[in-house]
Amino acid sequence: MGTAAPHVEYRNVQKSYDGQTLVVEDLNLAVQKGEFLTLLGPSGSGKTTCLMMLAGFEQTSAGTILVDGVSVQDLPPDKRGIGVVFQNYALFPHMTVGGNLSFPLEVRRMPPTERVERVQRALRLVQLEGFEDRRPGQLSGGQQQRVAIARALVFEPDLVLMDEPLGALDRRLREEMQFEIRRIQRELGVTVIYVTHDQQEAMVMSDRVAVFRDGRIEQVASPETLYEEPERAFVAHFIGENNLVAGTVVGTDGDICAVDTGGSTVHAFDVAGSAPGDGVLLAIRPERVGVAPETGQYANELVADVVDVVFIGDHLRVRLRVGSRDDFIAKIPNIVGHGRVLPGDTVRIGWATLDCRALPPDPTVLQTEND
Amino acid sequence: MAAAGSPGIRAAGLTIPLIAFIGVTFIAPLGTLLTRSVYDAEVAEILPETLAVLADWDGSGTPSEATYATVARELLRARDERTLGRAATRINRIQSGLRSVVVKTPRRLGRDADADPPSSWREALVDIDDAWAETATWRAIREAGQPYTARHFLNAVDLETRPDGSIGAMPETRRIYVPLYLRTLWVSLGVTALCLVIGYPIAHAIAHAGSRWSTTLLVLVLVPFWTSLLVRTTAWIVLLQNQGVVNDILVLLGIVPDNERLAMIYNMTGTFVAMTHVLLPFMVLPLYSVMRSIPARHMDAAASLGATPMQAFRRVYWPQTLPGVGAGSLLVFILAIGYYITPALVGGQSGQLISNMIAYHMQTSLNWGLAAALAAILLLAVIGLYVLYDRVVGIDRMRLG
Ligand SMILES: Nc1ncnc2c1ncn2[C@@H]1O[C@H](COP(=O)(O)OP(=O)(O)OP(=O)(O)O)[C@@H](O)[C@H]1O
Ligand SMILES: [Mg+2]
Repeated sequence: MGTAAPHVEYRNVQKSYDGQTLVVEDLNLAVQKGEFLTLLGPSGSGKTTCLMMLAGFEQTSAGTILVDGVSVQDLPPDKRGIGVVFQNYALFPHMTVGGNLSFPLEVRRMPPTERVERVQRALRLVQLEGFEDRRPGQLSGGQQQRVAIARALVFEPDLVLMDEPLGALDRRLREEMQFEIRRIQRELGVTVIYVTHDQQEAMVMSDRVAVFRDGRIEQVASPETLYEEPERAFVAHFIGENNLVAGTVVGTDGDICAVDTGGSTVHAFDVAGSAPGDGVLLAIRPERVGVAPETGQYANELVADVVDVVFIGDHLRVRLRVGSRDDFIAKIPNIVGHGRVLPGDTVRIGWATLDCRALPPDPTVLQTEND
Repeated sequence: MAAAGSPGIRAAGLTIPLIAFIGVTFIAPLGTLLTRSVYDAEVAEILPETLAVLADWDGSGTPSEATYATVARELLRARDERTLGRAATRINRIQSGLRSVVVKTPRRLGRDADADPPSSWREALVDIDDAWAETATWRAIREAGQPYTARHFLNAVDLETRPDGSIGAMPETRRIYVPLYLRTLWVSLGVTALCLVIGYPIAHAIAHAGSRWSTTLLVLVLVPFWTSLLVRTTAWIVLLQNQGVVNDILVLLGIVPDNERLAMIYNMTGTFVAMTHVLLPFMVLPLYSVMRSIPARHMDAAASLGATPMQAFRRVYWPQTLPGVGAGSLLVFILAIGYYITPALVGGQSGQLISNMIAYHMQTSLNWGLAAALAAILLLAVIGLYVLYDRVVGIDRMRLG
């Protein structure tokens, strides 16, 4: 990347609507040119607020937002040239599809011939040729969605914000559109900042994902990194499925720490740089857990009772009691020769040390687990 | 099965009270009104024989002696039956001055004229008043005896039938209704425009203010709605009269000298101000209901697409409020064009509208035929405008809420 400034940069941005509670606490985030970055987080975590500050519809309470290295603080929204796809599309119902698409070109005083051509190109891009005379009310949800995307792209902004654009669609259409949006983004090379609270959507589409929680970013990383190397219990819990086990550090050795989980001691990758006596949360993915392994296969082993076995198809989902909790999940791949377990069995379970991450404790996350 | 149709019939039965209600309160009065504007058999019933004889008269000079005798006899009978006044009023409307002639003739003839007829009825009547020797008098009687007449309608648009039977404009000084219609039209348009200009920002504020403010504002708009029309109109008198609050303040601020206080009430200004105030809620409410349904995000979307606030308003917001603008304007305009009480109270001489004239003919001059004709023309004008509106804008695009 060298010296090039990030396309978008949030610097110590804070936002409060009422002057008291911070909806965005201290946001630092850089988005590179051509990147597809997703803001992922639960409802109310401040994702929309971050987009709206960038688009210019909300003022920052503190900090600066830079686009191409220049603060946009004093720029009104209509001068920022950022394409926005709103959660509920915000298509203009009194204009045709063509009218909606041509609107941004008309306010830019583009000559009619060029306008028509651009509109046609945008419609082709979202595969809606021939729909220009329809009204938004005469389109299906997915078609409206595509019009909204086309409208945000037709004036060729190099930065596009999308706020849960697929929220209202059913699953099949959603998946189709995820693919479409990604294709268009690659084709045009635009920078996209995308908001969703669907983690699967974030994983499928993004170059990087910023996980939001209560106005803070917990972690920004590629989907794979988020999945494999969560740094916070919230991320481990939020992305994919994870077994979280509370324990106390009893010893450390470089990146590896020994953790007492209340009876047995296991080893884990130490994310937090813990010292003996610290509480940690161990995170182990269900598919990394071996049930009734051959002796010596795994460095860490526990004894557990099988509570429940569900046949999913490609795998068996086994619920186990470990210590006092009975929500430990293991997934056994459905492959030839793999042993069956039955509820009531007592089995050994195990995992590799590097598949188990010792994370800083987080009471709210464990509480969620208890529900 | 025969019973299968009965739910439908029963459902239709449920609408009978409504239809009856509309029939009694709307269709019937309207029918009566329209009938009255073209039909009045009063004179025909009081002087039937006279009219029968006059039918053969060629309309020049004076009619025959027999006609004089007939009219004298019938006038005497009318006096006894106490219907003379009604006939006199109607004949007088055709030609003013004839009331006294008609009323005094039987009185002067005396009770015994019938028993002891004069040698010439013609001379006897002309003796009483010269008018009996004039062609116009007889024409007026014949005209008043027509049960069906376009007279009221002609009158209502300042036309008259000339003695030669042709229709032409009234003399300048007697043309009052057409100017009044025009004034009513202009006032209604003006009030509608004012209501729109004032009501649009108010409705916008209510629709898009935070919920606490919007409730307060809505109540502020509705409170006057709940107070008596009379109270509100009177309040304007208190405010606008010569020694009223507004003038006092203007004098106090030195904007207006004390001896040149502004005349803001009992004239056109009073009518304008009070009517705009009274009708404002009818503009605000439909606008509000339409504006509330426009997502605030639309304006953000327009801005993100590069539109300045002005462009966003003009291209995105305003067009979407048009159904409300149409509904509010039509409502205010139709209410304004038939407005009566406010101009009556604060309009003075120059602020009177056509409705006040209709009321005058209903209550004071008792010329119901003319009142009905004036009202019918007003009704036609409103229907015409409604149809025009439908053609241009489309009624189905109108939204009241
Ligand atoms: N205009 C506003 N005025 C006051 N508070 C607001 C406003 N908009 C958002 N908030 C508050 O700010 C917080 C963050 O809201 P935001 O819309 O950014 O969340 P989000 O992450 O987009 O949530 P969701 O996934 O539900 O859309 C919420 O607690 C919300 O109540
Ligand atoms: Mg949101």
